[in-house]
Amino acid sequence: MDMSFILVQILSGLTMATLLFLVASGLTLIFGVGNVFNFAHGSFYMLGAYLAYQAASVWHTNFWIATIVAALGAGVAGMLAEWLFLRRIYGRSEEGGFQILLTYSFILVIDDIVKLVWGTEYKSLLRPPGLTGSVQVFGVTTPTYNLAIIGIGLAVVVLAWLILSRTRPGKVARASALDREMLSAMGVNVPLTMTLVFGIATALGGFAGALAAPLRSVTPGAGIEVIIDSLIVVVIGGMGNFWGAWLGALILGEVMAFAVILVPEWAVVISYVVMVLTLIFKPEGLFAHSKVRKV
Amino acid sequence: MEPILVLDKVDKSFGGLRVTAGVSFSVEAGSISAIIGPNGAGKTTLFNQITGYLVPDRGRIVFQGQEITGLSTQDIVRRGMGRAFQITSIFPEESVLDNVRLACLSRLGQSNNPIRGIVNFKEATAKAYTILESIGLAEHSDRLALELSHGDQKLLDIGIALGLEPKLLLLDEPTSGMSPEERQLTRDLIARLWREFNLTLIFIEHDMDTVFGIAQTVRVLQQGRLLAEGTPDEIRNNPEVITAYLGEDLE
Amino acid sequence: MGSIKSYMEAAFWALVFLAFALLPLSKASDYQLMLAGHILVWGLFAVSFNMLWGGTGMLSFGQALYYGLGAYSVGIVFKYWGDGWFLPAMALGILCSIVLAILIGLLIIRVGGVFFTVMTLAFGQLAWQITFRWYGFTGGDDGIQGIIPPGILGNRIAYYYFTLVLVALSIFLLRRLAVSPMGLTLRCVRQNPDRVRFLGQSVKRSQLTIYVISSAFAALAGGLMAGVDNSIHPNMLYWTTSGEVILMSVLGGIGQFFGPFIGAAALIIIEDIVGARTEFWPLIVGIIMMVMVLLFPRGLVGEARKLVSRFRTRVPERG
Repeated sequence: MDMSFILVQILSGLTMATLLFLVASGLTLIFGVGNVFNFAHGSFYMLGAYLAYQAASVWHTNFWIATIVAALGAGVAGMLAEWLFLRRIYGRSEEGGFQILLTYSFILVIDDIVKLVWGTEYKSLLRPPGLTGSVQVFGVTTPTYNLAIIGIGLAVVVLAWLILSRTRPGKVARASALDREMLSAMGVNVPLTMTLVFGIATALGGFAGALAAPLRSVTPGAGIEVIIDSLIVVVIGGMGNFWGAWLGALILGEVMAFAVILVPEWAVVISYVVMVLTLIFKPEGLFAHSKVRKV
Repeated sequence: MEPILVLDKVDKSFGGLRVTAGVSFSVEAGSISAIIGPNGAGKTTLFNQITGYLVPDRGRIVFQGQEITGLSTQDIVRRGMGRAFQITSIFPEESVLDNVRLACLSRLGQSNNPIRGIVNFKEATAKAYTILESIGLAEHSDRLALELSHGDQKLLDIGIALGLEPKLLLLDEPTSGMSPEERQLTRDLIARLWREFNLTLIFIEHDMDTVFGIAQTVRVLQQGRLLAEGTPDEIRNNPEVITAYLGEDLE
Repeated sequence: MGSIKSYMEAAFWALVFLAFALLPLSKASDYQLMLAGHILVWGLFAVSFNMLWGGTGMLSFGQALYYGLGAYSVGIVFKYWGDGWFLPAMALGILCSIVLAILIGLLIIRVGGVFFTVMTLAFGQLAWQITFRWYGFTGGDDGIQGIIPPGILGNRIAYYYFTLVLVALSIFLLRRLAVSPMGLTLRCVRQNPDRVRFLGQSVKRSQLTIYVISSAFAALAGGLMAGVDNSIHPNMLYWTTSGEVILMSVLGGIGQFFGPFIGAAALIIIEDIVGARTEFWPLIVGIIMMVMVLLFPRGLVGEARKLVSRFRTRVPERG
């Protein structure tokens, strides 16, 4: 095992980590701000991939426009889901359980709507022209597109950091110990916030789905694996902890990159093992300061 | 006789806020006493520390001669301490009888064991009925707890605590939210329960009629510290206490 | 809660039992018998699941793990050692489930809430991944076919009665548990966990106990199903299986002990009628779930009961 091999894997892991982060950050955002676990988060990721496919491969728009379409589409879908349905169960006793069930039903509905509209064959989305080749980095060859993803991810992280630390909404979002009642007492328009947060989170997920589409084919059923991966990231990083999601994604991305090469059949199991270990030793997440909240 | 409860320089802070400031006092076994103080004085927080829900930063709490500082609520309760809550804490979807019966079963230590619990069911049921009769809810025993009036729910809360056969019973604002007639009835009931069940009783109250009506000793908290301690008359005439309650009705 | 009501309830369920018992003697086809067997097995699975959620507020999205473990114990033992070990294999499946439930329970019950639910999902998926990929041992996506129980149980009707008796017995035991002091404690844990602690009880210990019991019966259901379908497949461990048992409970009513059984029967029958005609069965399931959660959270049985008790008077205010 030489340096160049390791470098290639590290870069590959970074790409994976970026995509994981984009999805998981949305999940943790919704939970941290609104105390909702969006079980269907992976489905919005999948929806984004299909919307990007529709825009780029069917309507022949520019790739980057397609990703915007994906993000907007997923964001709007998320806001509708929250506004029309999820909102009606806030404050119910056993809300946590019903949240899970309602968002679970979203998975079933979104999955089949996708099948209805686009059929079940694998769709493919091409990389944008200009990013189709590979490039030399630190002496190793790596696909340009993968690097672009890493770059985009960094941009999102910087943007997120600016928003979270400089703006009031950002600071509210960071205080992950808040719940809806406290937010309301602070003068925040809770219903609007919930819808917006949902929209931003699902938009991020849809964006990730679009970015990931050229790397894997676009298929129905991608949702559940994504949610499990996001869950593992969020467990490692701490539920509701935004920066934890970033570090968790980094750890999982790198672990998976190496696992996929070294033990391909069992790589997925490795990711579960990491999660179980975290649960045993630090259930509130490696980077959390507060205990996991009960719903 | 040795006091049943001793607090020794109990101290607790949340962040920069000192909610309990070096509180020390002893409670005689079999006595009935009140803790009063303006809002925010730290009365419920003190109860929470005595019952193990919170752990003091400093100081000791001794119950029946044994130190209980830092023990879990479950352990403390099993040693004979009971509590009724400011915001009524009952099991709304269960029957009134079951609410108390669960406490009696817990006392017999069997409700966590599927088989032995059934054997002691009769005894627990009998005890539950006795308690319900004492607090005047026997006629509602089959109703769901959520169907009771607010005042009756507060009584049920006390009933659940009694099911544990506690030696020391802490009542947190037992008459809050009640009409004057209800308060009178509750006052008499508390005095009667105190005698009937051989309890040591400490209650937090804002209603001065209740405090001066039935308490033998009154302790005043202000901003986390023990301001004064004495008989109702002593407290009523204590200038510091009067100042602390400026604007509030002491009569 | 008068005793007339409970006599009526008992009578109702006696009739249900009788109906199931008489089914093979009527002109029911093999297919209908299998359907009835499915209702029995899923009914047990759903009732045992609901001991966790309706019974004590723990929503597990991973009971398929134990269900599948029970089924695969039977299937794998059958595959390698033949039908003689069928019954011991069922017992083995239950035993393994108990051990696994203790381990997993100790790990995740302490965090509780939504987190508990997604953890159960994750463990369930892990089990599915292992079963799906371990082609050499489990047969992977092919599953295991041709599982015929030994001796007289090889007869379809005899096995049906075997299933009926075990299911009825299990549900009876679970019912005794639900109305026992332990059941009361668990229900109270859902309603007011803090007060339960103030009764000197360990909430976590009660929760672990019921988690293990529920999982053991899920494994029994899985083992029985292996004989009803004569085959097993990794799908039995997939998260949608966990989702189905949850839906059955929600459909029937999580606040009712027998609700999930009714929900299981309803869903299986609906699936038989509708599901066969469309490839969009998941969409229909999703919509049913949404309707139930948003509009009828008490489930069929719960909503029916509510209608009946609308005529109950409230206790008048004091004084």
